[in-house]
Amino acid sequence: MSELEIKDLQVSVDTEDGPKEILKGVTLTIKAGETHAIMGPNGSGKSTLAYSIAGHPKYTITGGTVTLDGEDLLSMTVDERARAGLFLAMQYPVEVPGVSVSNFLRTAKTALDGEAPKLRTWVKDVNKALEDLNLDPTFGTRSVNEGFSGGEKKRHEIAQLELLNPQVAILDETDSGLDIDALKVVSEGVNRFRAQQGKGVLLITHYTRILRYITPDHVHVFVDGKVAASGGPELAEQLEAEGYDRYLKAGV
Amino acid sequence: MTVTDTARESVSSALEQEQGHLIVSHLNPPPSYDLDDHPVPTGREEIWRFTPLKRLRGLLDGESSEAHLTWTTTLPEGVTLREVGADEAVALGELAPNDRPSALAAAHAGSAMLLDVPADAAITEPVVLHLHGESVDDLVWGRLLIRVGTHADVTVVVNHTGSARYAAITTVLVGDGARANVLTLQDWADDAVHLGRDAIQVGRDATVKHTSISFGGDVVRMHANVEYAGPGGDAELLGLYFADEGQHLEHRLFADHNAPKTKSHVLYKGALQGQGAHTVWIGNVLIRKIAEGIETYEENRNLVLTDGCQADSVPNLEIETGEIEGAGHASATARFDDEQLFYLRSRGVSEKEAQRLVVHGFFNDLIRKVGIPSVEERLLSTVETELAKNVLKEDA
Repeated sequence: MSELEIKDLQVSVDTEDGPKEILKGVTLTIKAGETHAIMGPNGSGKSTLAYSIAGHPKYTITGGTVTLDGEDLLSMTVDERARAGLFLAMQYPVEVPGVSVSNFLRTAKTALDGEAPKLRTWVKDVNKALEDLNLDPTFGTRSVNEGFSGGEKKRHEIAQLELLNPQVAILDETDSGLDIDALKVVSEGVNRFRAQQGKGVLLITHYTRILRYITPDHVHVFVDGKVAASGGPELAEQLEAEGYDRYLKAGV
Repeated sequence: MTVTDTARESVSSALEQEQGHLIVSHLNPPPSYDLDDHPVPTGREEIWRFTPLKRLRGLLDGESSEAHLTWTTTLPEGVTLREVGADEAVALGELAPNDRPSALAAAHAGSAMLLDVPADAAITEPVVLHLHGESVDDLVWGRLLIRVGTHADVTVVVNHTGSARYAAITTVLVGDGARANVLTLQDWADDAVHLGRDAIQVGRDATVKHTSISFGGDVVRMHANVEYAGPGGDAELLGLYFADEGQHLEHRLFADHNAPKTKSHVLYKGALQGQGAHTVWIGNVLIRKIAEGIETYEENRNLVLTDGCQADSVPNLEIETGEIEGAGHASATARFDDEQLFYLRSRGVSEKEAQRLVVHGFFNDLIRKVGIPSVEERLLSTVETELAKNVLKEDA
């Protein structure tokens, strides 16, 4: 059972004009088994929340805490956070030329488990994960994210989610740029993941579209670096109808 | 990448103003056996400005010497290796020296070794010439000819180990329609000095791959020159180097497109680590007036692993005709990419392991192109050994 607890998180980035505050005190608890959707306009700080929890060096934590099962995530290195059970599906997955998908997946699995996976079952697991995401079996021989289409990149992220099977997954705009078929395939993958006992999901999105396939337990509206409103799935429907305008005005 | 129409116009108009065509390259002195044509460099010359002359241990003074490297050879059936006189070497079509070390090597080596691959021979096993030096006190002049007969197919590995002050002139004559894969590996001890010149003549419709790999040695400076005996020749020039603390590894390429419809493709990749590690890559391409319809692309990439390193990378293109298929180059020198490392680490992979993956990935596509399985395996493990010195070091 795992719980991701974000308390009063404040984050800034360095710009040419000095540090700029992006997150202005975010408080959010994702209990075991819960799926939370964070929705907000562009530039509201949604991605900053995802990347700063994962430990991207670009962001400076200026206040607050983030814990996973009571463990202080912010004091951990990027890879320690992953080994503690955190996973980030990125909006823009990075190309790693010359490193094959299968080598990458095996290296990651070995690092997470502390021992190499058993070859026979592992190969089977990888093939199944790729197949489930409609990825060609030869996909494993390609260099990580190099020359992938936008949809392949996102499906590859979700294949990793299923294979690496973390405790808590943050999905940063996994739905953006996907056609409807790819969106369904990706959503099915996320649903298989969260159907397991005790898995937490923080789903960051700009659109309500993906929420037709992945039903959240909680929806949060994110505006200007903080949570402006929280509610159940009905909040997403309201946003679909009304947009973010009234939250933006309230923020001014 | 192709030369755009605008570029073509400016090239051709510039040439018209010159009224006549360039006979010698601006960047490459004309070849000559005459030592007077290759004076002792001061270090200001274009072809010497990157080389640390003081560390050549007097090699350029040109003292004669009887010392030799020890040759251990693997000669598959059908291939012969024999000594030939200097005159015979020239008569066979040796490509004349293009710098002082190669001119000295031709002058002092006297005889040459001739590796002969008869016409139509398909040699499946690699020919291996293992050249070993005992001490950097030994001054050695080397002269080698590799003659690949028409429509023959052969792979030749020249492996350098141990130590010496070694200057060598090597010529590879590839017959019409032949395929040759030549690899030179500089795996010297830390104090060796090696000034090598490989020059390749590509026959009509012949295919040549030349790979230069430098790991060891204090100063290693290698030329890989290619020219064509007729149209249709295709040359792929590959290189891989890993410079450690204090090492100077220099690779100088010259693709002389002196025949129409010829191709040259250059890819050199290097990594640098440790204080004073210095690499130099010069990629010269000359497209002569006659060389219509040619295609050339050259690329150099360097990965800087620690502070205190210097990578010089200079691509040069001289064009005398715009009537070509394509000409382009790329050069990039960079440190580890933070985004790549973050991506790998966000999957639980430790920082060192992530760096290791990135470096292996950087070299992998090049190693896969070498086309000699035994060497490819060895290169992967050598890269691993090099990584252990800094990137994977326990206390790093």
